[in-house]
Amino acid sequence: MFHPLFHLRTHSRYRHWSIGLLAIWLSGCSEHPISFLDPQGPIAAAQRHQLGVIIGLTSIVVLPVLILTPWLIVRYRYGSRSTYRPHWGFSKLADIVIWGIPCLVVVALAVVAWRGTLALDPYRPLSGSEDVKPLRVQVVGFDWKWLFIYPDQGIATVNELVVPVHRPLALKLTSASVMQGFFIPALGSQIDVMNRMVTQLHLEADNQGEFPGKNMQYNGKGFHHQHFVARVVDDSAFQNFVTRTRESGMTLGPRVFDRLMAQNTGRALVQSLEAPGADNATHEGDRRLRFGHLPANLFDDIVEHATPDWSSIKSGGTRNDASSSPEARP
Amino acid sequence: MTHWADWMLGRLDWSALPFWDAIVDPTTKNIVNAIIASGAGAMVILGGLIVVGVLTWTRRWRWLWREWLTSPDHKKIGIMFIAIALVMLARAVIEAVFMRLQQAFGLDGGFLTADHFGQLFTTHGTIMVFFMAMPFLTGIINYVMPLQIGARDLSFPVMNSISLGLTAAGAAIVMVSLMLAPFSTGGWSGYPSFTESAANPGAGVDYWIWAVTLSTLSSTLTGINFAVTIYKQRAPGMSWLRLPLFTWTALCTSILMIFGMPPLTVATALLALDRYLDFHFFTADLGGNMMNYINLFWAFGHPEVYILILPAFGIFSEIFSTFSGKKLYGYGALVIATLAIAVLSFTVWLHHFFTMGQSAHINAIFGIATMLIGIPTGVKIYDWMLTMFRGRIRFSVPMIYAIGFIMLFVIGGLTGIILAVPSVDYQIHNSLFLVAHFHNMLIPGLLFGMLGGTNLWFSKAFGFRLEERWGRRAACCWIVGFMLAFFPLYALGVLGMPRRSVAFFEPAYLPWTVAAMVGAVIILVAMLCLLIQLWVSVRDRHANRVPGGDPWDGRSLEWSVSSPPPEYNFPVIPEVHSRDAYMRQKETGGGAHPRPDDYEDIEMPANSAMGPIFAITGFLLAFGLTWYQWWLVVAAGVAALIALIARGYVRDTTRLIPAAEVRRQHEAWLATLASLTPVTRADEQSAANRGLPASPIEGAVQ
Ligand code: HEM
Ligand SMILES: [Cu+2]
Ligand SMILES: [Cu+2]
Repeated sequence: MFHPLFHLRTHSRYRHWSIGLLAIWLSGCSEHPISFLDPQGPIAAAQRHQLGVIIGLTSIVVLPVLILTPWLIVRYRYGSRSTYRPHWGFSKLADIVIWGIPCLVVVALAVVAWRGTLALDPYRPLSGSEDVKPLRVQVVGFDWKWLFIYPDQGIATVNELVVPVHRPLALKLTSASVMQGFFIPALGSQIDVMNRMVTQLHLEADNQGEFPGKNMQYNGKGFHHQHFVARVVDDSAFQNFVTRTRESGMTLGPRVFDRLMAQNTGRALVQSLEAPGADNATHEGDRRLRFGHLPANLFDDIVEHATPDWSSIKSGGTRNDASSSPEARP
Repeated sequence: MTHWADWMLGRLDWSALPFWDAIVDPTTKNIVNAIIASGAGAMVILGGLIVVGVLTWTRRWRWLWREWLTSPDHKKIGIMFIAIALVMLARAVIEAVFMRLQQAFGLDGGFLTADHFGQLFTTHGTIMVFFMAMPFLTGIINYVMPLQIGARDLSFPVMNSISLGLTAAGAAIVMVSLMLAPFSTGGWSGYPSFTESAANPGAGVDYWIWAVTLSTLSSTLTGINFAVTIYKQRAPGMSWLRLPLFTWTALCTSILMIFGMPPLTVATALLALDRYLDFHFFTADLGGNMMNYINLFWAFGHPEVYILILPAFGIFSEIFSTFSGKKLYGYGALVIATLAIAVLSFTVWLHHFFTMGQSAHINAIFGIATMLIGIPTGVKIYDWMLTMFRGRIRFSVPMIYAIGFIMLFVIGGLTGIILAVPSVDYQIHNSLFLVAHFHNMLIPGLLFGMLGGTNLWFSKAFGFRLEERWGRRAACCWIVGFMLAFFPLYALGVLGMPRRSVAFFEPAYLPWTVAAMVGAVIILVAMLCLLIQLWVSVRDRHANRVPGGDPWDGRSLEWSVSSPPPEYNFPVIPEVHSRDAYMRQKETGGGAHPRPDDYEDIEMPANSAMGPIFAITGFLLAFGLTWYQWWLVVAAGVAALIALIARGYVRDTTRLIPAAEVRRQHEAWLATLASLTPVTRADEQSAANRGLPASPIEGAVQ
């Protein structure tokens, strides 16, 4: 069967080496893939491919202007001997060309846009292979940090999204504050997150690595600090991450939740919880937190503006949520 | 005592001073920001004092009041609109340079605080759109359009003056926020719930709301005024298909103003209800929904970009045809394309929020609708190229802007198409790619159009030409500076850098932000060149006089009258027989300046103080609302209302200019004309050009 996404993906590998080169040049000094020009997943790759197609098609109309205008102004400059027709103001043939070609180009663009938009709809689940179920993650945008809840694993993290490679991701997103934009450029689309509303996003990673993620919608003075890292790891590392977070992650109790709701950056949040590592101010890790115990339905309660059900925190979480360690790296 | 002060001052207190933070918390960063902010405030105060001083010194207050502030003359109102635009342009460009400097040093920090940066992009965007672009194009249309259609004034001259007053009040509110801070940090679009009082209780957002509200009210009135004038005041024979293209674009822009501005007035009014009276239109709780605001905002916002660009298209049409010495190619197509763009511009607003989670089908439909606009726009570009084809192109300053425009604008068109594809927009939405795109439309499009138009029509307004050499330097610096300042932002956007970032932590961004900073500095040099151009032109005004009124061998009626034109524009209303009415008059040997058989008394609108009254009361109303000084709100509101009612009882609303006086002035001008030596186009840029072109031989430009 024709699968639009697959179609776009295969083409991107071979046909758009030129954009690939541009990507390497543009992002040359960067450690981690920061852009869809260096795509790490099928969505981003398809977007890069579409970008190339659109530029190519539109150039049919744009390039002649860039080439012919210099020629016109040289050739017909005042004092030149070229033909002069001051009263000429219409030609049927010219009009057919200048209306016709843009129309044709727009028809072609419309086809590309229609198919591309439906294929890359962020709400459209990615099938992956038969036996792999998508990984569900609930994302909450706070001022100015991101909370990731793994409902099936019963864990949560701040500013760190750990996902297994080649496994489709099904994200549900909301904001506990004003509007924000959730975005991991190397993997695919951005989507707005809004208070009291839930949006959806589906992504998948083809490669392992650390890819920066960020907020795209200005939400105050800590806006530029609201970035996170998407860590794509293999299956066993992911299992390891889940187990260790469950065992040694902090408890997301009322005190932590209040700190999350307050306006602060990830780093200030970690510091205010007096978690270990907080004084190591230069390391990225001190912006992240991991939680092994959290209330049930936390995401829904945030969406509904309801008080989380603190009593539902699993009794495994006997530890005081202030003193537990955020350090639980796989 | 304190009660009394509270009642007077509302919530205004010491913390509004721009250096307050530095006193309370004297960190290095706060001190640096205080110096910058207070410096800006001091500049405004100093500028104001100088103006007041000079007016007092030269005893010009009466003159200012009689000749300018209360004048109903569309030409003077137009010039005042443009003066506001230029002052605000200067401020907004300086702010832009600060933002570019900040981002050039922004890897891990920079020198501006986040709040200060937030105010900078908000005031820059708000000023550029509402208090630079809108007054600039309103001023140019005001000045030129009645002259092009052979009218003596707009249909509603006093309303025109009120429009000016409202815009001036809004601009003053933005200026005052430099001295009594802060302004909003919510961006020019002011999306709630960020701008709701829960997230931003301070005065900043309120300043923004009232400044924008004053501006939108002004523009709605202006749109009505222009449209009615074009419908009703055309000279005999000026049928629809004989309208100069600039007037066509003015008409489409006015219609867009009438339908496009009210959505924003409504949106800001509802937001004000939320903030002041605890309504819940756009809050997250109690049934509010900020997405309604976003839809309303862009129901204004997208038509707005065509309000901004269409007059520039009109100006470029005049420039291409005039400076190619040739009839405009495809007049009919250009008219149809303009109308098509105006209509389509109401059907695409959703492309500003493809990422808000609506269905893919809706996104795709709006994306395709957006691309459709590319067709008439592309046709226009090719029409202009075909206008140059087989012409005789002279590179006077307006033409340099026009050539810069046509080459750069198509690049902005390309990136616009990229943004119109929803699936690709998901990657570059809200990134610097978007910022680069709209500046690519607004600077080479709108701004070059306005500057080109200023160079084109300046001599009409003041009787002497703008100096060429500095004009050319300014144009070239604008072109180069624009490319250097904004092409790097395309790269940054593709690399995922969000707009409105005060700082960043990705070293790969740095070379691009530094390059963009250099571009911004070149733009600053361009602004300087403009200033020098103006100064040199005024200094050498006698050498550059164009009493003949027609320095470019113009084609439409504004060139058929003296420079500057008499206040009644036309001693006798002309009769129009074709498109390019004045060119045809020159070519058909009927004489470019026939001596009328008979003169009649001319009735002109009388001066009115309504404009200044609305400027002052509008300003005080907005100021009082912003700082919760309710006594001021009531006082200013009542005063405005009384003035409005009183105006209804004024009976002497016109003034008669006797026929003898008209005859005397016109005969004097005809005598001047007779003393001038006609010049060929080879001497267009020299001092020999006195505004009388050599008549064409066999239809060819000399
Ligand atoms: C003259 C040279 C100009 C420079 C160097 C410049 C620079 C900038 C910069 C640095 C930003 C902030 C980008 C960001 O969000 O990170 C900006 C935003 C903006 N500019 Fe300009 N700009 C210029 C002219 C204009 C003009 C002519 C207009 C409109 C007529 C304009 C309208 C805007 C708007 C609407 C924004 C968005 C503000 C917001 O984010 O809310 N600019 N510009
Ligand atoms: Cu929503
Ligand atoms: Cu738009």
